[in-house]
Amino acid sequence: MSTYSRRDFLKTGLAAAGAGVAVAHGFPSIIGAQGKDPVKIGVLHSLSGTMAISEVSLRDVVLMAVDEINAKGGVMGRPIQPVVVDPASNWDLFAEKAKQLLLQDKVAVVFGCWTSVSRKSVLPVFENNNGLLFYPVQYEGEECSKNVFYTGATPNQQLIPGAEYLMSKEGGAYKKFYLLGTDYVFPRTANKILRAFLLAKGVPAANIEEEYTPFSHQDYQTIVGKIKRFSSGGGACVLSTINGDSNVPFYKEFANQGLRSENAPIMAYSVAEDELRGMDTSALVGHLAAWNYFQSIENANNKKFVNAFKEYAQKKGLPGGAKRVTDDPMEAGYFGVYIWKQAVEKAKTFDVDPVRKAVYGQTFAAPSGTIKMHEHNHHTYRPVLIGEILKDGQFKIISRTKGLVEPEPWSKYTSPDKGCDWVKHQGTYQKKA
Amino acid sequence: MKRLLLLLLVAWLAGPPASHAQSPEALKALTGLAVDDGDKREAAVNALGTSRDPKWLAFLGALRDGNVYARTQGKTVEVVIGGAKSTRGDAELIEIASAYDRKPLGIVPVSSLTEIAADRRLRIAIKPFLDADETRAQLASPDAETRRGAAVKLGHQADAGAAAVVEAAIAREPVERVRHALREALALIRLAHGEAAVRILAAQSLGTLHSFDAMPALQTLAADAGASPAERDAARQAIRQIERWSLLVRTVETVFQGASLASILLLMALGLAIVFGLMGVINMAHGELMALGAYSTFVVQNVFRARWPEWFDAYFVVALPVSFVVAALVGVVLERGVIRRLYGRPLETLLLTWGASLIIQQGLRLWFGAANVDVSSPSWLSGGFALMTGLTLPFNRLFIIALAAVSVAGMYWLLFRTDRGLAIRAVTQNRGMSSCLGVRAGVVDAVTFGLGAGLAGLAGAALTQVGNVGPSLGQNYIVDSFMVVVTGGVGKLAGTILAAAGIGGLNKGIEPALGAVFAKVAILVAVMIFLQRRPAGLFATRGRSAEA
Repeated sequence: MSTYSRRDFLKTGLAAAGAGVAVAHGFPSIIGAQGKDPVKIGVLHSLSGTMAISEVSLRDVVLMAVDEINAKGGVMGRPIQPVVVDPASNWDLFAEKAKQLLLQDKVAVVFGCWTSVSRKSVLPVFENNNGLLFYPVQYEGEECSKNVFYTGATPNQQLIPGAEYLMSKEGGAYKKFYLLGTDYVFPRTANKILRAFLLAKGVPAANIEEEYTPFSHQDYQTIVGKIKRFSSGGGACVLSTINGDSNVPFYKEFANQGLRSENAPIMAYSVAEDELRGMDTSALVGHLAAWNYFQSIENANNKKFVNAFKEYAQKKGLPGGAKRVTDDPMEAGYFGVYIWKQAVEKAKTFDVDPVRKAVYGQTFAAPSGTIKMHEHNHHTYRPVLIGEILKDGQFKIISRTKGLVEPEPWSKYTSPDKGCDWVKHQGTYQKKA
Repeated sequence: MKRLLLLLLVAWLAGPPASHAQSPEALKALTGLAVDDGDKREAAVNALGTSRDPKWLAFLGALRDGNVYARTQGKTVEVVIGGAKSTRGDAELIEIASAYDRKPLGIVPVSSLTEIAADRRLRIAIKPFLDADETRAQLASPDAETRRGAAVKLGHQADAGAAAVVEAAIAREPVERVRHALREALALIRLAHGEAAVRILAAQSLGTLHSFDAMPALQTLAADAGASPAERDAARQAIRQIERWSLLVRTVETVFQGASLASILLLMALGLAIVFGLMGVINMAHGELMALGAYSTFVVQNVFRARWPEWFDAYFVVALPVSFVVAALVGVVLERGVIRRLYGRPLETLLLTWGASLIIQQGLRLWFGAANVDVSSPSWLSGGFALMTGLTLPFNRLFIIALAAVSVAGMYWLLFRTDRGLAIRAVTQNRGMSSCLGVRAGVVDAVTFGLGAGLAGLAGAALTQVGNVGPSLGQNYIVDSFMVVVTGGVGKLAGTILAAAGIGGLNKGIEPALGAVFAKVAILVAVMIFLQRRPAGLFATRGRSAEA
């Protein structure tokens, strides 16, 4: 019975896919206009479920980049045809949809994923089928896949500079660190790296406190009480990897128990403009965040990007319309499409292997300034910025690295013996002492 | 050279403020900023900063924020402050003003200016000047909390130069807790810099002030071999005093936190206890009724913000009854519309209310969007009440405790002191007999369900002050609500109250030692073991659900 229904399901699935192809070929006008077949790319972001709040914006920027590229003649004269699928915040479905994109739709490249667990779930699919994934979110590192380009930050491009800033004279020379996070893989790994970094910098273990809360935790009374005692005597700060909607109750309780950003600032690694939409920000004002991009960056490229996105959101009738904001992962998702385009044009083919090699060392004038893909480790050189949260949910940039920071997928504080190189080595390798 | 600089400084400080702008040194320092030499630029910042002239400090602030530009006119370079930017056609324009007194100098194209970028080194040089100034300004702020924050900061810095400022501030400070913080700061400064006798006095006063902030400094002093025995004794004495106080604070704190969590659980569970306990309806839509209450609060807030911004703080007072009424109306519609057709069939009711919960949830999502919405706290619910040194009780939590108490008292009064309550209890115990005696059971059902739903709405409104408001708000709380009701024993209000207090207290008792994740697990295990022992909960039930 179950076998039968599964076969039945497969049949329907194939039929549907066939229909999809038929439909795709049923638009001679598009093909005719360009004179060439469109090239398909996959967009693998959750459009429903818990992650939809964050990931929908990433789909939007990718589609905007596609529109922009198509309006200027496409890639090598071929228009891009995005295939958007919805993995619905379900990790298994991510792998299934990735397989569908690679094997049935035969897309040239996929832009997608947010959470580390979703990325881990699609990783074997991309590696076994030699696909290409652009992953746009800052993450905990410790990964070096041949089939993934990471356009978000590695730990040394976000976590460490954030802590370094607070330790510096300018940042307030803080000496005690409360590492607070939601209980899942990113905060745990991030705090492992942060702890190793702080210890290496001579911070005594007694001055580091580590604590986790469940997802959507709301009652921060006890933790804030602890932080209050921890911060007595001054020189204490909080490094927060608290995720999503737990942040509002946390910051509210923090303020209500009489703690202030001047005396104990919170450096957040998971709070960006898009999350601040629809939050009561009054309790967050004055606290800090470390990212590689803020909407408030002042340069012509960023102004264009922000305005283009607001226009796009309004034109397409996306919820929020012109009130939409841009943030770090969105910028990374956006320039990822352009990096891929440039690599294809350099390689003069859509085949994965030559394109991959062509990505190495690509530069692009992104909204955060000119960024550069690494020469061999599949990550991205990016600037690091520290911002202060303002009342309107935007950030005032208070510190910016001079140039670009080199990505280190293997943190030198936790894995000093490991490196990532796809040119001279086969991915992760052991460094010689 | 240094002496010369000092002389110049004294000259600046002595002279009338207006002369600063004209003083050649300041102007020279200013032009030093425009050159491409890190040493000279830092020296310029130091020269301007040590003037302590508020106008130069404001200029340094602008420099740190990246609003200072150099304008080259012929051979002279002028340093100006940039203001609002605008675009005309392709050209980007900017308003500029003079560096010292901010005289407007007109609007010029941005391209004609070069930005004097405040790099890291420059910002580090600027920071102490602005901080010192800022803290002084904060000490004079009309807001007591800002003054207290500044006092705490001064204490942390323990800068010898600040002692006089703090002393002056103590003399004019009207608010007791700010004065307390100032005295603490003064003692900390003296402990760090005074003579032995002064340090002993400072340590003693820190002990009596119960200063947690002084602990690290006192501990260093107590272990300092270079200090005199009397000093070390004083430090140890103070540490003991503070530790005893800390124990007291922690105990009171944990009790309060337990009470706060218990009051939230109680508010959430109260409506469910009535609907589930008295009517035997497993209302899976209870969480969504809370969400309705929360969104009603959001709507009321927006109306106030748009219509009566001057009365904004009062919105929450209006939102409470509105949430109650909205949720109660939806509850009555639900009951009269569908649930009453399924009395005595708990499984079907469960499925039905589950479906209703999905419909409400999706409705909220369609109407208000999938993202969380922003509900601001009125100012009288922000901040906290400083009960004792080292313990602040947040107003929002105090309010919820009071609201829970009022709701429970109201329920008791309604159920046991009014005719309507008598009717509800009668129908609960024996429906058929009550109907025979002339009680209109249908109306009683609707009222009871509406009451339970209204209480859910009220809980939702209260939750906006401590948590998030989103379409899935209900799902986050429904499990906890059921846990409280089931543990308490179905059908007994006293059981619900006791269960809420027990679960809240236990959770907060465990959390400081074992962390939030484990506390949650421990609570679930404890409830499971408890229910194994007493399947009927704290209080055994009598009523309709027992008959079914």
